[in-house]
Amino acid sequence: MIVEAGHFALILAFVFASIQIMVPLIGARRNDSVLMDAGRMAAIGQFAFILAAFLSLMHAFIVSDFSVSAVAANSHSAKPLLYKISGVWGNHEGSMVLWVLILALFGGAVAGLGNNLPPTLRARVLSVQGMIGAGFLAFILLTSNPFFRVHPAPADGSGLNPILQDPGLAFHPPFLYLGYVGFSIAFSFAIAALIEGRVDAAWARWVRPWTLAAWCALTLGIALGSWWAYYELGWGGFWFWDPVENASFMPWLAGTALLHSAIVVEKRGALKSWTILLAILTFLLSLMGTFLVRSGVLTSVHAFANDPERGLFILGLLLIATVGGLGLYAIRAPALKTGGLFAPISREGALVLNNLLLGTACATVLIGTLYPLVLDALGGGKVSVGVPYFTLTFVPLMVPLLIALGIGPLLAWKRGDLPGVLSRLRAAAIVTGIACLATILLNDGPAFAVLGVTLAVWLIMGALTELAERVRLFRGPLSASLSRLAHLPRAAIAMTIAHTAMGIVVLGITGSAAWQTERILIMSQGDTTEVAGYALTLEKVARVPGPNYTAERATLRVAAGGRPIATLYPEKRRFTNPPQVTTEAAIRTTLLADLYAVLGDRQEPAAGGQGKMGWAVRIYHNPLVPWIWIGAVIMVLGGLVSLTDRRHRVGAPSRAPVPRRPRTA
Amino acid sequence: MSQTRPPRRPLTAKRRRLYLLLAAGLTLGGAAALILNAFQDSLVFFLTPTELKAKAPPRDRVIRIGGLVEEGSWRKAEGGLQVRFAITDLTNRVEVTYRGILPDLFREGQGVVAQGRMGTDGVFAAQEVLAKHDETYMPKEVADALKKSGQWKPGQKGAAGAGGKDGKAGKP
Repeated sequence: MIVEAGHFALILAFVFASIQIMVPLIGARRNDSVLMDAGRMAAIGQFAFILAAFLSLMHAFIVSDFSVSAVAANSHSAKPLLYKISGVWGNHEGSMVLWVLILALFGGAVAGLGNNLPPTLRARVLSVQGMIGAGFLAFILLTSNPFFRVHPAPADGSGLNPILQDPGLAFHPPFLYLGYVGFSIAFSFAIAALIEGRVDAAWARWVRPWTLAAWCALTLGIALGSWWAYYELGWGGFWFWDPVENASFMPWLAGTALLHSAIVVEKRGALKSWTILLAILTFLLSLMGTFLVRSGVLTSVHAFANDPERGLFILGLLLIATVGGLGLYAIRAPALKTGGLFAPISREGALVLNNLLLGTACATVLIGTLYPLVLDALGGGKVSVGVPYFTLTFVPLMVPLLIALGIGPLLAWKRGDLPGVLSRLRAAAIVTGIACLATILLNDGPAFAVLGVTLAVWLIMGALTELAERVRLFRGPLSASLSRLAHLPRAAIAMTIAHTAMGIVVLGITGSAAWQTERILIMSQGDTTEVAGYALTLEKVARVPGPNYTAERATLRVAAGGRPIATLYPEKRRFTNPPQVTTEAAIRTTLLADLYAVLGDRQEPAAGGQGKMGWAVRIYHNPLVPWIWIGAVIMVLGGLVSLTDRRHRVGAPSRAPVPRRPRTA
Repeated sequence: MSQTRPPRRPLTAKRRRLYLLLAAGLTLGGAAALILNAFQDSLVFFLTPTELKAKAPPRDRVIRIGGLVEEGSWRKAEGGLQVRFAITDLTNRVEVTYRGILPDLFREGQGVVAQGRMGTDGVFAAQEVLAKHDETYMPKEVADALKKSGQWKPGQKGAAGAGGKDGKAGKP
């Protein structure tokens, strides 16, 4: 019954979404506030019904109702509760419901919280949100119904892929979707602004917090995914340029560019048209990501829905959004008034450079991701674009970006004084030079390590110099500087935090890429091996039962300088539902480096006594790798600090709150 | 007064656009050069054992081959870390050597993709063996390879497959 109610709620949500498309649009045209308010009600209604549908699906998963095909195919009664819940979005149908739920959540938030928005803009934003919602609700209802019943119901489910039964992954999709879908708001604002024919500083001030929130969630989602890949897959790596990783990374690059260009619109009224375009492109990339992952066109490990009908449907939605969005842009954008002029060397100029480089980097990732698909479709053979491609294209583009990132924030708006800024960066340059020399002397890895460390230190020092300049550190009493710091706008502090965090991430990536040590060997009981100054002894391998698996668990004693310091327990887990083996890496982190051990197969001596009996063991030493995720979390923190900036909290040019007229839709 | 006249005081929109186009042109041109350069040597072609036999790719080029792990072909050597197996599309076969830990789902009779170089001895030296963490999934390349060799049985069970080495199976 609850299942049918959920299905019905989803249909009702579609009806509400359809109302949300038409009514506020007409209302905005006629300037009829009753119709426009009806749009707000529709948006909130749509959210409420999708929430009801989502909860009823979750209920089916929790009580293990195997008469529902999505539950039977992806859950199992013996699964821990957390994974029964995360199983809701651990499959195609459920994850699409989560997708529209988050979409409707953002739409409902605009409807409910957007009191300070001009009514016509809000109505049009809601209408565009309604279009996206209706499209995806139709997709779910027509091709991927999560409430489909099977008869007869199987006695038990076939289980969630064990590799997904992991706390890191339980929360990875929701955050990723919050990010992906959050950019829909930027898109809707862009389309609404094009319909209105007006983009001003206030518009940018409304768009930025939404974009910022989406960006924070996406950053966290990507970081969680890569962290999971690092500890769960047992490859010692954190990023593989897998097409599906790229699918989430491209909206991130475009979204980061959007965050920065929106600042220029807000502060200087320039780059309006470009920012609108970027907002549209960012969401189109999110949609494309959804298409790539959901359609099964990629031979990716994520692509388990090899259903051409679904692929075509999302491709259709993507085409409509692309043609509609870019078409409207082509027609209306030339009419947008261009704003303030600026010299090439200026804060605006630096932000343009940022956008140019991020946009180009995004394009190279796009080409690398789509090229195999296009070539295959044209019958040009099957190819894959591997890691070397991305190293050779993406990384060189990041070098000028990181150099400029140290300088740009110090430049003045409108017309910057480059020699003056460079002289103020003298201390930063000296520290960077020392770091560079130290790395050259100490480096026992490849040469790019020097470049990576130098860039990262430069970036961090540049960010700190900018903050020091703002509070006039060392130019007066310390107390004066501190009180200036306390009165800085939160957005300024947020920038320092985020840019410093970027430097930390670059250090983490450089360290793990340049100085990783890997050892693969066969170890028998009692064997000792040495990796990066640690002595690892295999004490035993025992069979250990888990809640829904049995594990082979190795006990590896770790000693440094003859003293025991830790014990690692890498596991190989054998699940029965579905029958599958997963690898659980054991990681000991010092925050400066990870010692990472993976247990492989049991080795029997070959016939004739050749070889020995033991276990294959893979041990990595990954210097600085934790900094990647620490940096990502700090970056998100920076985003959150910026969200609390006064101008977002108070809202648009502060006006007295207009008393709301009592009105019902 | 005697100062040289500043070049047309404020930057006109035209000049600004010129600078912008110049910067954009430089960046995009640079990126295009990078992409073309990278494509030259980092595109990895996928071949089936039959195509491999017909085409004989250059020895120094990294390629991917895919098919099923031939039943009964899997052997260990040199203390166990070195393995040897054959990849077949059920028409032709290729011997493969690999040093390292095989993916969890590597099994005889199942789909696999190996990336590496063809050795002079006609044995494929794999640097990576990609197997996907999903029991029922058959990578498209392997399925197509079997279709090409006319050995494809739809609904073939247990033909588990390969994919990215990251093996993020069915991650939503």
